[in-house]
Amino acid sequence: MDLRTLTYLVVGASFALYIGIAFWTRAASTRDFYVAGGGVHPVLNGMATAADWMSAASFISMAGMIAFMGYGGSVFLMGWTGGFVILAMLVAPYLRKYGKYTVPEFIGDRYYSTSARAVAVVCLVICSVTYVIGQMKGVGVAFSRFLEVEYDTGLYIGMVIVFFYAVLGGMKSITYTQIAQYCVLIMAYTIPAIFISLQLSGIAAPQMGLGGTLVNTDVYLLDRLDQVVTELGFREYTTDVRLSGLNMFAFTLSLMIGTAGLPHVIIRFFTVPNVRDARSSAGWALVFIAILYTTAPAVAGMARLNLIDTMRPAPGQYLAIDERPQWFRNWEKTGLLGFEDKNGDGRITYVADAAENELTTVDQDIMVLANPEIARLPNWVIALVAAGGLAAALSTAAGLLLAIASAISHDMLKGMIFPGISEKQELLASRISMALAIAGAGYLGLNPPGFAAGTVALAFGLAASSIFPALMMGIFSLRVTREGAIAGMVSGIGITLFYVFQHKGIMFIPGTAFLGDIPENWFFGIEPNAFGAVGALVNFAVAFAVSRVTVAPPLAVRQLVENIRTPDHAPRAHDLELVIHEESR
Amino acid sequence: MPRLTEERAKEYWRRNISLVVKLLLIWFAVSFGCGILLVDVLNEFHLGGFKLGFWFAQQGSIYVFVALIFYYARKMAALDHEFGVDDE
Repeated sequence: MDLRTLTYLVVGASFALYIGIAFWTRAASTRDFYVAGGGVHPVLNGMATAADWMSAASFISMAGMIAFMGYGGSVFLMGWTGGFVILAMLVAPYLRKYGKYTVPEFIGDRYYSTSARAVAVVCLVICSVTYVIGQMKGVGVAFSRFLEVEYDTGLYIGMVIVFFYAVLGGMKSITYTQIAQYCVLIMAYTIPAIFISLQLSGIAAPQMGLGGTLVNTDVYLLDRLDQVVTELGFREYTTDVRLSGLNMFAFTLSLMIGTAGLPHVIIRFFTVPNVRDARSSAGWALVFIAILYTTAPAVAGMARLNLIDTMRPAPGQYLAIDERPQWFRNWEKTGLLGFEDKNGDGRITYVADAAENELTTVDQDIMVLANPEIARLPNWVIALVAAGGLAAALSTAAGLLLAIASAISHDMLKGMIFPGISEKQELLASRISMALAIAGAGYLGLNPPGFAAGTVALAFGLAASSIFPALMMGIFSLRVTREGAIAGMVSGIGITLFYVFQHKGIMFIPGTAFLGDIPENWFFGIEPNAFGAVGALVNFAVAFAVSRVTVAPPLAVRQLVENIRTPDHAPRAHDLELVIHEESR
Repeated sequence: MPRLTEERAKEYWRRNISLVVKLLLIWFAVSFGCGILLVDVLNEFHLGGFKLGFWFAQQGSIYVFVALIFYYARKMAALDHEFGVDDE
C-alpha cells in the first residue's frame, strides 16, 4: 500500500476513535462540561493531562530545537517538566480542595473582587489564545505535509473534529479523547526513536542509547557528535550554552512557573475525586510526560548526527547533489529543506559559516517529521508519526479552548453579567462560547498575526507573570489584598508584554519595535521569551507593596484560605450539583 | 468527622510547608544547580557517554522530578491520616 493511502487510513482511524469516544461520553450537566463530573481516576487524569500538556511544540518542534541548540535546549526539557513539581506541591491540591470550576473563579473569591476575577479572565484569554494559535497552525501544517491537502483545508478538518468532541462533550469527552490521543502520540514518538537508537547504538532504550557507544566501535555517541559538529565549525553540542547562564536560568524558571500557571493544565486537576488524588495525579502526569521528554534529547542528538553523516559522508567530502537520498528530495518539495550550490562544485557544503554553508534551509521540525524516513523505517511508522502530531495538536487545542470557553461562560456571563441564568442556560452558553472560541482560533490560524512563530514560549511567560503569582499569594499569604493582587497581575503581564513588544514589535508587527532584538539591548542579556520570570518578580513585589498600604482582607477570606489548606471535606460531585440546583432555583 | 482545632490546623500546615521546602530545595539543586549553575564543574565527571552536568540537564533532573512528586504525595497521605483529615 502506498504511503499516502496508509496515512489516510491511520489518521482516519484515529479520528474515528476520537469521535466515537466523544459520543459515548458527552456531557449532561455543567459539572460534566467543566470538570468531567469530578470522578476521573488519578492515573487516567495523569494521562489526559500529559496529552493536554504536550502540544505540537513538544511533539514536532522540541527535539529539533534541541538538535540545533545542544545543551542550550535543556531549558525546554527542565522547564516543561519541572513546572509539574510546583504544580503538585503548590497549586493543584489547594485548588482541588477549593472545588469550583475555573481559575478566575478562585482568584475572584480569594481576592473578594469581581474586578480581580475580570483581570484574571483577561490574562487567561491572552495566554490561552496565544497558545491556541500555535496548535491550530500545527494542525494545518501536519495535514498539509502528510495528507497533501491544502493548509486551509487541513485547518478546517481540524476545527470540525475539535468542534465535535469539545462542544458536545465538554471536559468529559475531552478527558477520554485525550487519553486515547496520549496513547497514539506516545507510540508515534517512541517507536521511531527506538529503531534509530538500535541502529546507532545497538541499545533499544533511546535514553540509554544516547549515552552509549556507536555500534561496532568503542566511541561514545555524544563524543562523536561533539567531534563532528566542531569539525564543521559549530559549537560543541554538549556544552553549547544558550546566550548565558543567567538567560538559561531565567528561561527555565519562566517555563516552569508558566506551566504551574496555565489554566488549561490547572483545570485538569479539578476532575479528580479528592485532594490526595490531585497530588498523585500530578505525579502520573509527569511520568507520562517524562516518557516523551527523556526520549526527545536522544532523538535530538541522534537526528543531528544522522543529518551530519548524510551531509558529509567522509571528512572533507560533502554530499553530491546527484546522490542526495529520496527523503531529502521529498522534504525539499515542502520548502523545509533547501540548498544552493554557491561554489559550483556539485556538492552541498555544510558548515557553520553562513557565507560558505550551502544547506541554506533546514527547518527544525524536520528532525522529528523526517526521522522515520532518514532511518528507512516502514511506511506505517511514518503514517503513525502523522497521527501522533495531529493528536498532540488537537488534544492541547481542545484543553485550551475549554479553558477559554469556561472563562467566558462561567466567569463572565454567569459570574458577572447574568448571575441568574439556570444550569441549562449556562451549559448552552458554554457550548456557544466554545464554538465561538473554535471559530476565533481557526480564523487566527488562517490569518496568523505576525506573532504566530514562537508564540508558545511567550504564552508561558505571560502565564508566569500574571496568573502564577496571584495563585501563590492567594494560597500562601493571608495578607495580600484585592488591590495588591490586581495591581500585581496588571503590572506583571504589562511589563512582560512591554518587554516583548519593545524588542519584537508592537503586537509583533515588524518595524514597530523601538529597540532592536539583539542581545546588547536585552535587560541583563535576558531574551524576550525568558522574561516571564522577571515579570513574575515584578508582580510579587507590586502586590506585596500595595497590600501593605491597603485594608487587610475580610475575615471570610481568611476562612477560605484556611479551609483550602487542609484536604478534608473537599466538595464532591454530589454536593456541587446540589449547590447548582439551589442556585438555579 | 470533626474539623481540626486552630492549633492542630497550624501544626498540619507547618509540617506541610516544611516538607515542601525540603523537596523544593532538591528540585532547585538538580535543575538550576546541577543542570545550569554547576554544569561546568559536573561536566568533568562522566556517566557512561554522558558528561554529568549535561546528563542532569537533559535526563537526570526529570527523573528526580518524578520521584519528588510521588514522595510528596505519599508523605502527605500519611500526614493527612495522622491528622485525621484524609478525605475518603
